[in-house]
Amino acid sequence: MDARRVPRNVTDPKVRQVGFFAPVAPLDGSPSGPLRPTTPSPPVSGNSLSPVMIPLPRHLSSDNAPLSPLTGRRRRLLPPRGADKAAVKQNTHSASGLTPGVTDGGPPSEVQKEQAPVSSLPLKEKTTKAERRALQEAQRAAKASATADGSKKSVGASAVVTSANANPKKVAKAPPPQKKDSSSVAASEKRGGDRQTDKDRKKDVPHPRMQFDDEDRVEKAKKRSVVKQTEARYRVELFRHLPQYEHGTRLADLESKFFQLDPVHPAVYKVGLRFLTGDISGGNARCIAMLQAFQESIKDYSTRRDKTLIEKWDLPAKINGYVSFLIECRPLSISMGNAIRFLKTQIAELPLTMSESEAKASLLSDIDRFINEKIILADKVIVGHAVTKIRDGDVLLTYGSSSVVEMIFLCAHELGKQFRVVIVDSRPKFEGRMLLRRLVGKGVSCTYTHINAISYIMHEVTRVFLGASSVLSNGTVYSRVGTASVAMVAHQFHVPVLVCCEAYKFHKRVQLDSICFNELGDPDAIARVSGKEDINYLDDWTSSENLQLLNLTYDATPSDYTSMIITEYGMIPPTSVPVIVQEYGGEHLWI
Amino acid sequence: MATEIPQSHQNPDPQISLYYQTRAAHHAVVTSDWLAQAQAAVGHHPEDAVSDNSSLKSAGGEESGNGYSVVNEFNNWRKQPDLAEAVAAIRALASVIRSSQATTMMELEIELKKASDSLKSWDTTSISLTAGCDLFMRYVTRTSALEYEDFNSAKSRLLERAERFGEISYKARKIIAMLSQDFIFDGCTILVHGFSRVVLEVLRTAAQNRKLFRVFCTEGRPDRTGLRLSNELAKHDVPVKLLIDSAVAYSMDEVDIVFVGADGVVESGGIINMMGTYQIALVAKSMNKPVYVAAESYKFARLYPLDQKDMVPAIRPIDFGVPLPSKVEVETSARDYTPPQYLTFLFTDLGVLSPSVVSDELIQLYL
Repeated sequence: MDARRVPRNVTDPKVRQVGFFAPVAPLDGSPSGPLRPTTPSPPVSGNSLSPVMIPLPRHLSSDNAPLSPLTGRRRRLLPPRGADKAAVKQNTHSASGLTPGVTDGGPPSEVQKEQAPVSSLPLKEKTTKAERRALQEAQRAAKASATADGSKKSVGASAVVTSANANPKKVAKAPPPQKKDSSSVAASEKRGGDRQTDKDRKKDVPHPRMQFDDEDRVEKAKKRSVVKQTEARYRVELFRHLPQYEHGTRLADLESKFFQLDPVHPAVYKVGLRFLTGDISGGNARCIAMLQAFQESIKDYSTRRDKTLIEKWDLPAKINGYVSFLIECRPLSISMGNAIRFLKTQIAELPLTMSESEAKASLLSDIDRFINEKIILADKVIVGHAVTKIRDGDVLLTYGSSSVVEMIFLCAHELGKQFRVVIVDSRPKFEGRMLLRRLVGKGVSCTYTHINAISYIMHEVTRVFLGASSVLSNGTVYSRVGTASVAMVAHQFHVPVLVCCEAYKFHKRVQLDSICFNELGDPDAIARVSGKEDINYLDDWTSSENLQLLNLTYDATPSDYTSMIITEYGMIPPTSVPVIVQEYGGEHLWI
Repeated sequence: MATEIPQSHQNPDPQISLYYQTRAAHHAVVTSDWLAQAQAAVGHHPEDAVSDNSSLKSAGGEESGNGYSVVNEFNNWRKQPDLAEAVAAIRALASVIRSSQATTMMELEIELKKASDSLKSWDTTSISLTAGCDLFMRYVTRTSALEYEDFNSAKSRLLERAERFGEISYKARKIIAMLSQDFIFDGCTILVHGFSRVVLEVLRTAAQNRKLFRVFCTEGRPDRTGLRLSNELAKHDVPVKLLIDSAVAYSMDEVDIVFVGADGVVESGGIINMMGTYQIALVAKSMNKPVYVAAESYKFARLYPLDQKDMVPAIRPIDFGVPLPSKVEVETSARDYTPPQYLTFLFTDLGVLSPSVVSDELIQLYL
C-alpha cells in the first residue's frame, strides 16, 4: 500500500478523503483531482474487482497497483460523478487487501454513461464535464486500439471485470500485468465485441426485472427508456465502491449466448446462470455446485497443442476464465473464494512429470476430497457438537436458512430431544420459509415470525443458532443481512448465540463494519411487496431524484455478540478464530 | 472396553461427589456426620490398596488387572494431601506405561486409554481429573516417537514425556506462585474464596518474600474452606479477616485484588469453581477490582458451558443444623461457572494468560 502513495500536493478542506486512496498523478490536459478544488477527487483505487473475490496472484496486484495512479483517477471504477458532493467517502476495495485490479474497464463504460448521468447530477461543474469528456474520448480511442491487441476481460485472473458497476469487458490496461496467457484472448476479443453492443443494449433497458425473452417488451422499453439516468439511480453513494447490481440485465444476454460462448464450459455456464437467477443460494450449495462444475470442465479438459508443438497446460487460465464468468453472474462468496484458492494450489502443485490423465484424475479426486472432508463430514461433526447444547425444553431461534442449522435441528429431533424452533425471516428473500416447510414436514414444532418482532419474541428464547457465510479473523461473523440484529438483540436478552460454520469458510481478513465489503442486491426487490399491489408506492422510485434503494446481502456481526462458534474442530470462542485459520488454513495445501 | 471398577473403589455415597469427599478427607474440616461418611469412604481404600498392590499387572497386560492397578496407584498417590488429584492420576498413568507389558504401540495406547477411562469414571464430576487424563493422553501420544521402528525406544520416549508431564504438573504450583508475586504489592488487600492449594502456595510464597498484605477470607459454606485457609495463613503470620459469604459486597471497597483457584478452566476462558465464585466475580467486576485465577494448565478442559446449568452437576448436600420440612428444596450444587468476561488474568504454569488464550492453547494441543 505504501508503495502506491505519492505525496499529495493539495488537500481541499471541503473534500474529505476517507479510507485508503491511491495518489493521483495529474493527467495531461486535465486537472488532477486533488488539485481541483471543485471536484472531489475520487482516489478510489480503481478496483473494479469484486471485493468478494479472493485475489490469488499477489504479483498481479502489485503490478496493478502502480497502474492506478498512472492511468489517472478517471479510470477509477466509480469516479463519483455524483461524488462531487463534498463528503466523498472513498471506500477502498483494497481495504481488505484484495487485489486492486484496476478497472480499466471502468473508464470506457463510464465514458459512455457519463454523458447522460452527468446532466442529471446537478453538482457537476460544467468545466469539469467538458474536460473530462475530452479526456475520456481520448481514452476511449486509445482503448479501442488496445482492445484489438488482446483484451483483459474476464480472463484476467483476479483483476478485472465485470461486476464493477460498469460493464467493463473492454479493458485495456496499459501495462498488462496479466500473466495469464493469451489462450483465451481470441475468445475474449470476440466477447469484447459482443459486450460492446451488449452494453449499449443494456443501457437501453432500464428495468432489470423486465421480461427479456419477450421481444416486444424489450423494444418498447428501449424506445421509452431514459436509460442512463436510471442506471445512475441505482447507485447509493456510500456503496459506490461495491459492484452495483446489474444482474437482471445480464440474464437475457447470457441465456442467448449459451451456445456461442466458447471459453466457458457449459457446466460452468449452467451453474453461473443458476447463481444469477438465485436458484442456488447459500454458501455450501454454491461452493459445491461450483466445484462440481469445475470437475466437469476438468474432465473435458485437454491440453492444447500449438503449432509450436509444445503442449500447453493452460488449465489455470481456463479456471480463471470460469471464475471471472461466475463473478459476472454473482460475486463470489468467501467459501467459494477459499475453494478456488485450494483448487489453484492443487493445480500448481501437480508434479510436472505427471501425465495429463493422471493429473486430471488427481485433481478430480482432490476436489472430491475437499467437498467430502471440508463440507460434508465437517457438517456432520458440527451437528454432533451442536446437539449436545440442546436440552429438553429449549426454545431455539434461528434466522434465515442455514444448511448446517437445519441439519442440527433435524438431528436433535431424531435423537428425541424436546424443543421447539422459532424461525425469524425477513424481506426480500424470505429464506426462512423453505426452512420452515422442511422442519414442519419432519415434525418439528416451529414458530415463524419476521425480524420486526425479534425483540418481542426473544424473551422466550433459550438459544440462538445462526449460520454464517464466513467468520473473519477478529471473530466477526459475516452472514446474511439481519443476522447482526438478531445477535445483538439476543445478547441484550442474555441468550447465548451459537454460530455454526465450517472451518473452510474462515478467512484471514478483518472487517469492522458492513460497509467496506458487501454485496448489493436488486433494489427493485425491496421496492416491491409481492402479493400486495395496493401498497406498492415505490413503483416509480426510479424517477425520484432523491430516492435510492439499497439492498444489502450481508452484514457483519461483532464478536462480542457471539457466545461460541461451532466448527468441525470443536466449540471455540470467537477470539480463537485466527488460531484456526493459522493452524489449519495451511491444510488447504496439503490435503 | 470399560474396566470394571471393584466395588470398594466405587463411590460409597453417591450423594456426595467423590471430589469433595477427597478434599474433605484431606482437610478434615467437616461436620460430624459428613466426616463419618468421608472417613468411611477413605477408610476403605487403604486396606484394599495394600492387598491389591501385590496383584499388579498379570502377564500379557490383562485389562482388568491393569485397570485395577491403575486405580490403586492413583489412590496411593492421592493419599498425600498436598498432591492434586490430577497430578496423582498423571503419575498413575505414567506408571501404567512403565509397567505395561504391551509389545506394540497400538496395544500400549489401548492400555493407556483403558486406564485413563477407568480413572475418569472413578469420579465423573471432577473436571481436573478428566482434563488431566485427556491432556496427558494428548501430550504423550503427540510425539514423533511413535514413528520409531523400535518399540522399546518409542516406549521409553513415551515414558519420558509422561514423566515430564508429571513433573511439570507437580511443579506447576511453584511456577504459578512465582509468576503471581509481581501482582501482590505491599499494602494490598486480597480477597480469597475457597480453599485452593495453589492460592495458598501463592500467598505463602508472598509471605515468605516479606510482602505486607492482608487477606479477607470468605467463610465458604458449607465446606468451611475459609476456616481452614485462615488457619493456614495465620501460621504464616498473615493478617486474616474472615467474612461471611454475604459480606463480600460490603467489604469489596477495601479489597484490591481477588484471588481464586479453579476446579477446571473451560474452553471459553471461564472457570468452574466452588459455589460463590461467580457472585464474587460479578461484584468485583462491577467495582473494577481485578479477579485473578490461579490454575495449573492440566485443568484446561474441553468444555464450553453456555450457562450455569450447562455442566455436569456436582452435588454437595448441606447440613443446616436444624431439620427442614420435607417440602423445602435445597440447592445442593457445589460449584458454579464464571464467564471469562469477569476474569482478568489466569496464572498458569504456561504463564500469565488472558482468558481468551485458553482456547488457543487447547486448539494447539489438540491439533
